[in-house]
Amino acid sequence: MNWIEIVSIFAAAMAVSFGAIGPALGEGRAVAAAMDAIARQPEAAGIISRTLFVGLAMIETMAIYCLVIALLVLFANPFIH
Amino acid sequence: MIGSPLATKTFFTVGPVPITEPVIVTWGLMAALALGGFLATRSLTVAPSRSQTVFEVIVGAIENQIRDTMRVAPAPYLPLLGTLFVFILAANWSSLIPGIDPPTAHIETDAALGLVVFFAIIYFGIRARGVGGYLKTFAQPTMVMIPLNVVETFTRTFSLVVRLFGNIMSGVFVIGIILSLAGLLVPIPLMALDLLIGTIQAYIFAVLAMVFISSAVSEGRPPA
Repeated sequence: MNWIEIVSIFAAAMAVSFGAIGPALGEGRAVAAAMDAIARQPEAAGIISRTLFVGLAMIETMAIYCLVIALLVLFANPFIH
Repeated sequence: MIGSPLATKTFFTVGPVPITEPVIVTWGLMAALALGGFLATRSLTVAPSRSQTVFEVIVGAIENQIRDTMRVAPAPYLPLLGTLFVFILAANWSSLIPGIDPPTAHIETDAALGLVVFFAIIYFGIRARGVGGYLKTFAQPTMVMIPLNVVETFTRTFSLVVRLFGNIMSGVFVIGIILSLAGLLVPIPLMALDLLIGTIQAYIFAVLAMVFISSAVSEGRPPA
């Protein structure tokens, strides 16, 4: 276990943990807004939830980026040979 | 799947080309879908039989989705977008068969699908407005936006690839970890969640492809 590996594990954990905070808050706001809209206009529930799913996937991509970075650091680290 | 999610298992090599597991699964899926499509459309009648009604409902739903999202006649885009949706859905759900990893859990398959969308955007854009007209969309709303629009063309394809890969791969990975920690039958709720995520991701991929294509086809470039 050398320093690069130890730092890589910490970096992966920090990437996932901090990278999850922003998208989690954002998805919470998006779902709350969609709930509000459906409560006001129940007949538009179909189109609202469809748009919500696409938007959630967009927000979620940020967390997925962090996950991919963490996996790159763990499994395909260019500094570990 | 508990090893590196970026590595693929090589089964055999044809000449210098290694044939990996996702390639075999992909070809199996393609054969199954092609056979299913052939059998489903072999005897089409005006008064539909029971199975034909089911397929007509599915095709009609995809057509309506394209019409809602792109606000154009769906006919030119239905073959590509419908095939993308059906293939990704089948690939995501192929993890139901024991011993098979979904090919979309490997980044190469997703990159190939993303490349298909990338070239489809260019093809439909040029077909709708000509080469000059398509290139002019990069200078909208002003000339200053040209570098940003060029970069956006690549980054949105890349995010399409990474989104599908990350979602499906993380599902398979989590199931592998839970299985090795907790044992048999425990990951079943997670597998049910994976089916839901697989459906949503197939839908998202197809809808985003629609949005990108319609932004290249229609006037202006709405935010993607």
